[in-house]
Amino acid sequence: MWGSMFRWLDPYAKPETLYHLCGRLLPYLMGLAVFTLVLGNIWGLAFSPSDYQQGDSYRIIYIHVPSAIWSMGAYSSMAIAAFIGLVWQIRVAQWAVLAIAPIGAVYTVIALFTGAAWGKPMWGTWWVWDARLTSELVLLFLYLGVIALAGAFSEAARGIKVASLLAIVGVVNLPIIHYSVEWWNTLHQGATITKFAKPSIDPSMLWPLLISILGFALLLAALTCLRLRSQILIFEQHRPWVRQLVDSMAASGQKEQN
Amino acid sequence: MNPRRQKRLVAVLAFVLLLGGAIGAMLYALQQNIDLFYTPSQLIDGMGDDKVKPEIGQRLRIGGMVVKGSVRRDPNSLKVSFDLVDTGPLVTVEYEGILPDLFREGQGIVAQGVLVDAKTILASEVLAKHDEEYMPPEVAEAVKGIKHVAPKDYQSYGQPKSAQPEVVKPETTTPETKKPEENKPAGQQP
Repeated sequence: MWGSMFRWLDPYAKPETLYHLCGRLLPYLMGLAVFTLVLGNIWGLAFSPSDYQQGDSYRIIYIHVPSAIWSMGAYSSMAIAAFIGLVWQIRVAQWAVLAIAPIGAVYTVIALFTGAAWGKPMWGTWWVWDARLTSELVLLFLYLGVIALAGAFSEAARGIKVASLLAIVGVVNLPIIHYSVEWWNTLHQGATITKFAKPSIDPSMLWPLLISILGFALLLAALTCLRLRSQILIFEQHRPWVRQLVDSMAASGQKEQN
Repeated sequence: MNPRRQKRLVAVLAFVLLLGGAIGAMLYALQQNIDLFYTPSQLIDGMGDDKVKPEIGQRLRIGGMVVKGSVRRDPNSLKVSFDLVDTGPLVTVEYEGILPDLFREGQGIVAQGVLVDAKTILASEVLAKHDEEYMPPEVAEAVKGIKHVAPKDYQSYGQPKSAQPEVVKPETTTPETKKPEENKPAGQQP
């Protein structure tokens, strides 16, 4: 049953097909990402009202919350890819792990940095070892661990296998990050929008935030396509289809020069 | 699913479940140590099933709401003292230094310091905690009855027994006469 359910996905497990699919999606994803990021951030940073308590300082929410949400979203996608790569031995899924890890790590760094820059004026400190901040820092170390492990073996396939295991195990950290503000008492406040209740943010501030969250998601997807394409080329460089691709590109490049 | 895949699936799932279980058990065992701060009731009544109380001289963090009308400033120095409450007893915090901008009566704060007697903490750091609600000032005034006071407008700043809290709720405008029992914080804010 399982086999037939996902049979339609099979063609995309072929590196060449996936390479071209990513290439077709990339301009749309990147265009939409730039549009929503510009719209969401200009709306949020310049036009939405200031907060009754925090004044204009709260505006960093338009970068902090989307990057934090998608630092976890990227991790789940990476773990799913790792799981498929381990169990079904689909090579493109294994390469997707390598493609996503650095993007997720950068998102995590952005979330941590903007959080610190927000914490200093509002809380009075850059950093405090509370459960939310610490678990998000652990997420960064998980990403760095996956990247380091994948590169630590002379045989690339082995490295990816070990890194995939770490990526899957690290999923345990995601509910800890999300529920840390409920399970323990922390300096970090509770969830504003990622909960099963009405968001505790005024609609005039919520809309640019949602657009910005969408923008970070699209950027994540676009960068993943970009990086997955180059991963595919690196691992398939000895294949005839890559040779042909390079030859045809060289030919068209020469034509343009002439 | 072919047997080799099935074997790998079982192996990966077992590995993840075991490790996840181990981490879960660890966090459960460490539960009390992961909390960032004591609440005033935990400090006085003890924490957890064993009612463990911190000892005098212990370094700790305390978190709670600043009781309205309890902020006393020394006019000649940066010394300040105030009471904290969650749902029960009061704890007094003494501090010398600059308070964060968000510090105000009725605000949740977290102070780090040394327990000098059962109910008093000599703080070396005071951090403000804010909630997860964001709204423009007009909405806050309409919904919560909170009126924003620009810093230059409030001259009482720095006077002992600050008589003019920055956050004025209509029904609690007589902070001095309030008993702590009536001053329970709204919501779940610790």
